[in-house]
Amino acid sequence: MPPEDEAIRPAIRALVAEAVAALPDDRRARSWAGFDAAFSRRLGEAGFLGLTLPKRYGGHERGPFARFVVVEELLSAGAPVAAHWIADRQSAPLILNFGTEEQRQYYIPRICRGELFFCIGMSEPGSGSDLASVRTRAARTETGWRVNGQKIWTTNAMHSDYMIALLRTSGSSEDRHAGLSQLIIDLKAPGVTVRPIVDLAGDAHFAEVFFEDVDLPAEALIGHEGEGWKQVTAELAFERSGPERIYSSVVLLDAWIRHLRGAGRDDTATLDLVGDFTARLGVLRAMSIACTARLAAGESPVVEASLVKDLGTSFEQELPVAIGADLAAWPDEAVDAELYRTLLYVTHLAPSFSLRGGTREILRGIVARGMGLR
Amino acid sequence: MDAADLIEPFARMLDTIAAPAAVRAVEHGGSADAMWAEVAASGFLDALVGEDAGGAGLPLAVANALWQELGRRAVPLPVGETMIARALLAAAGRPIPDGPVALAVAGPDRRTVVPFGRVAHHVLVESEGRLHLVAVASGDPEATGVTGDLSAVMRWDALPDADASAAPETGLRAVAAVLRAALIAGAADRLVEMTAAYANERIQFGKPIGRQQALQQTMAVMAEDAVAARIASQLGCAGAFPPALAAAATAKSVASKAAARIAASAHAVHGAIGISEEYDLQLFTRRLHAWRLADGSESYWNRRLGRLRMGSEAGSVDFTRAELFSA
Ligand SMILES: Cc1cc2nc3c(=O)[nH]c(=O)nc-3n(C[C@H](O)[C@H](O)[C@H](O)COP(=O)(O)OP(=O)(O)OC[C@H]3O[C@@H](n4cnc5c(N)ncnc54)[C@H](O)[C@@H]3O)c2cc1C
Repeated sequence: MPPEDEAIRPAIRALVAEAVAALPDDRRARSWAGFDAAFSRRLGEAGFLGLTLPKRYGGHERGPFARFVVVEELLSAGAPVAAHWIADRQSAPLILNFGTEEQRQYYIPRICRGELFFCIGMSEPGSGSDLASVRTRAARTETGWRVNGQKIWTTNAMHSDYMIALLRTSGSSEDRHAGLSQLIIDLKAPGVTVRPIVDLAGDAHFAEVFFEDVDLPAEALIGHEGEGWKQVTAELAFERSGPERIYSSVVLLDAWIRHLRGAGRDDTATLDLVGDFTARLGVLRAMSIACTARLAAGESPVVEASLVKDLGTSFEQELPVAIGADLAAWPDEAVDAELYRTLLYVTHLAPSFSLRGGTREILRGIVARGMGLR
Repeated sequence: MDAADLIEPFARMLDTIAAPAAVRAVEHGGSADAMWAEVAASGFLDALVGEDAGGAGLPLAVANALWQELGRRAVPLPVGETMIARALLAAAGRPIPDGPVALAVAGPDRRTVVPFGRVAHHVLVESEGRLHLVAVASGDPEATGVTGDLSAVMRWDALPDADASAAPETGLRAVAAVLRAALIAGAADRLVEMTAAYANERIQFGKPIGRQQALQQTMAVMAEDAVAARIASQLGCAGAFPPALAAAATAKSVASKAAARIAASAHAVHGAIGISEEYDLQLFTRRLHAWRLADGSESYWNRRLGRLRMGSEAGSVDFTRAELFSA
């Protein structure tokens, strides 16, 4: 980790500590689902958003390692990052890579200030893993585009200003990759309806989004017509390569270790488990840093990112299972209600860790192809 | 009478009173009185009460089959617990209260999670080898704060010894454990059914996802785990009531370990839709996790079974034959 990037850790840590001070562990464990626009603006003001982006668009030209440090601090403390998360991680880099100069100037500075929130419109009811089969259509009009169709599982659609959507601009869903384009949709446009979906933990962090004759200007197109598939593949590499794929359960891990120390437990079974998780976390962090180095070198480490995400999400999912087995191995210990809530929250949400951003099966397919199989 | 002749009407009754919408209504805080009235009127609550005390005197193995039906429908009431409580109270010659009864093992000044504590009227509490029947309010019940959770955090600082009776020799936790194992087995069976059906319906890449070998392997393991959980729960209930320690430990160890894996596979196959509240999958997977943690996880029962095993010089086959197959 470059020392100049490591050097920003105390500042971000202080800001995060203040933001989470009043939050119980089961709120912190929601980190990604925690929406706090004021906190995101504070991050923007303090210069912690748009770290990898050019200064001329309000970024900081610090590179992926600086972003790694900031993201690590945010997630390991369970800060509420949902508001800016997608815009900062993938929408802004996408607009930088494929957008026109006007689009860059229009969107990126406000993303860097933590004022503009984005969501990702890829999945549809009939198109999950088979993303290329999307049916939502954008048809050419005299002034731009008219969109009809539906997206689903769109994280934060109800709080977002814009959606970057993968849409069919020509052909049918049988044409697969050809005929797909990405459009920036203003979610306040007439004809857009957002219906939040409640999850099994009672939260509504994603939504269904319906488009009924939504008229968009010609400038809504991002990148090139018909190149949506290529662009989306690059976007997913950003989505999959950050440290976020190893830290989803870390608030629970820390809460459990605090409980063990409080209960004075140091039997071999407990130490074995704590040691196992600690060793694996260390290795996953090293792997994630290696991916970051590839990003810093300007590469797109698709296979490596998939490999780390698969291993990382398996780790994140094993944690609540093992911690549950341990806590319920001592039913005569007094229950700590906050830890119990945190455990059950992470337990219930854990399946989503290996769904969002591409399922385990799909990622393993990518890794296998990277090995030269098929 | 054939066991199936009993189970079928029980299952039919549950189908009418505990459809997913009714389960959700109770989880959201709605009254369960009408649902309970149906269960009480069915007469099944006295399944394990001896015939001499006016009960049906059914063997534990039949109760196991009834309990699996409860798990298969995510019934939001302590029906199995109440069967157990009524049998223990009747055997001790004590009066039996109306209404749902939860089970708890408590110690002084210790907060504990009581399954169905939010919907029970009474709790049968084991403390220092004695069974106390108390009103729910005496345990100062608080919601756990986990969405949809019907359990409550409770504590008892002092329990009146006046009309307590002796706890079963192996402890109330062992009795509760075989119930949990049966509930897990029932819910697991239902999840295997739902998951296979979904995999045959859901089309991606032009064909049902169930045709993907990777998912077939996942689902095959899931089905294996579900069968193991069922057999484990049946072993736990093969003997007399209350069950022996080795039987209870075996049942809860295997069922609990399978529970977490089965829930994970069911969700993996369903994709995002399984995470949504609206879809019924979560009614069952949340229960698998809750029941796995209740009354001792696999680690707790492994430790107890391990200790029992280490205390015997017999070979492993003879040990299991003697402890699990001699009923
Ligand atoms: C918390 C959360 C947030 C999300 N946020 C967003 C968002 O912001 N924007 C967005 O567009 N989407 C979002 N998604 C959707 C996510 O991208 C999809 O869930 C994912 O792509 C899988 O699609 P699906 O859920 O339809 O499952 P399906 O594709 O139907 O998959 C079901 C099962 O079949 C398997 N399968 C499918 N095809 C194959 C194959 N060829 N080989 C082997 N196995 C296969 C899958 O691995 C899975 O196990 C989110 C999902 C979650 C859970």
